[in-house]
Amino acid sequence: MTLSAHVALRLGTLDLIADLDVQPGEMVALLGPNGAGKSTLLRCLAGLAPIDSGRIAIDDLVVDEPSTEVFVEPESRPIGFVFQNYLLFDHMSVLENVAYGLRARGTPKADARRTAREWIDRVGLTDYTNQRPSSLSGGQAQRAALARALATSPRLLLLDEPLAALDAGTRSSVRRDLRRHLATFDGMRVLVTHDPVDAYALADRVAILDAGRIVQVGSLADVTAHPRSRYVADLVGVNLVTGTVSDGVLTTASGARVVIADALPGPSFAMIRPPSIALIRNQSPGSSARNVWSGTITDIDRLGDRVRVGIVGQLPLTAEVTVAALDALTLRPGDEVHASVKATDIEVYPA
Amino acid sequence: MSPSRHRQRKPRTRRRGTGLPVPVLALAVVAVAFFALPLIGLLWRAPWSNAWRYLTDDDALTALRLSMICSLWATGLSIVFGVPLAWLLARVEFPGRGVVRALCTLSMVLPPVVGGVALFFALGRRGIVGQYLDRWFGVTLPFTTAGVVVAQTFVAMPFLVITVEASIRQLDSRFEDASRTLGASRWYTFRRVTVPAIRPALAAGAVLAWARALGEFGATITFAGNFPGTTQTMPLAVYLALETNPEAAIVLALVLIAISFAVLVGLRDRWFGRTDQPLVTVAT
Repeated sequence: MTLSAHVALRLGTLDLIADLDVQPGEMVALLGPNGAGKSTLLRCLAGLAPIDSGRIAIDDLVVDEPSTEVFVEPESRPIGFVFQNYLLFDHMSVLENVAYGLRARGTPKADARRTAREWIDRVGLTDYTNQRPSSLSGGQAQRAALARALATSPRLLLLDEPLAALDAGTRSSVRRDLRRHLATFDGMRVLVTHDPVDAYALADRVAILDAGRIVQVGSLADVTAHPRSRYVADLVGVNLVTGTVSDGVLTTASGARVVIADALPGPSFAMIRPPSIALIRNQSPGSSARNVWSGTITDIDRLGDRVRVGIVGQLPLTAEVTVAALDALTLRPGDEVHASVKATDIEVYPA
Repeated sequence: MSPSRHRQRKPRTRRRGTGLPVPVLALAVVAVAFFALPLIGLLWRAPWSNAWRYLTDDDALTALRLSMICSLWATGLSIVFGVPLAWLLARVEFPGRGVVRALCTLSMVLPPVVGGVALFFALGRRGIVGQYLDRWFGVTLPFTTAGVVVAQTFVAMPFLVITVEASIRQLDSRFEDASRTLGASRWYTFRRVTVPAIRPALAAGAVLAWARALGEFGATITFAGNFPGTTQTMPLAVYLALETNPEAAIVLALVLIAISFAVLVGLRDRWFGRTDQPLVTVAT
């Protein structure tokens, strides 16, 4: 009893190939940059975007399998969908919105309304039952959309950026509410977000989607401890170098050499934390660092008493130094600089 | 620029409260006068003492009734065929869509007489379709009341099509997606989500089409002729009366104007006024 999806789809410039499995009661967050294909993958699961090849099964029901010409229309899938901006129907009351799914499935009006009222009470919108959705605040609209999606008792709940439409002030309280309401739902849940805070607060597992591929799956702590994509590295704020290890040296595709402490040979990632990088104006022969790369400073961002320095060169890097160190070196954008790291400060893991 | 030059410039003053640019206001007033003066001209020359006699004249009443029946039929046909056409043009991508759209709205810019001639060669007793209508079904359109309805529909439907098409195009298709994920079929979605969302545009388009059908002259007289009781609508009656009895023509013209004006004013607040408020909104 799971969601099992193997999706391949070309849509415009997006080339999506992704495998995703979700267990009952589990919440998986799809995290990734804009245009990575997160929402498209969700639309595939809902049947709003038929896949080119692969197979999607919800529990024992195959809903999309081009090779056997199986395609179940969205209205016949056991799903609930909470859209970005919620998409409540404003020509109906909140009650009619929440009852809509049951009415569409042929439930008698009185029964549909009774169930809808229960859901409206449960999400705390009793006072707004007969109001138009346009009179609701962002957080209330989100609860109405959640009640509407859950009223039909779906097996699979899909949430597309459910917090993106809210302003920063209400986001954390709405996120807390959402977490509480979702706790009572025992089906499978897939959440699309570009905010790691949402993923951390709501999801059991995250799947990182980048340029149409799932590049990493696991708990958020595991994923961020060993980034395997530029996107996650940028989220965490570390330098990620990809290359091949042999004889204690990792060589990148552009030919840059990174001396490392010890690692198994083969394709690998090297993670370099910005504070472990030292900046020098002129290369001094006395340094114990085995790695020294030259480059040009592109930008300098001050964060409190620390400064992030972006460097382009053979190995693009971000270094973090103290304001005092930067002042002593009198560095400005456009200056040549040498960056050095001790081999023991570099964490290496297989690709 | 030196500060002293700033100081030299006199501040512009105008009477408190208007805030209207004078040239724009003047041109707008001319435009209003342009539309109002012909109406005033008619009212000025109207034979008020004999008005009731002209109005209750059998020929006038017949023409008025025929105009009402035919224009309502034309509006109904425009809705039945025009809404699906608008949906097709708005939501289905197919090669030559631009050409089809141009074709379907051509009669808006065509001289109606030309439209009537074209209809005659298509649906007349010897026309490419008309000859089969005549031979197989015994149906003859030209010079019949049905022909009036066809001519009026031909010129009126584009007004409904372009209004409804624009509205469907503006409608966020994700609302229809949301409906389907809730378990609604395409037909249920069309009825409960799409149609309510385009209802203001549908009403506006239907009124425009009806007004155009009511005023139709050229295509009607060319395709359906001018037979009192069967094809002589109000505009034709006005034109005819102008040669024989100008006073009656003025009264009939005023009746047409009064009906159109009443409908436009009456519907404006109820339907047009709300088209700027979408029925489906995005909560943010």
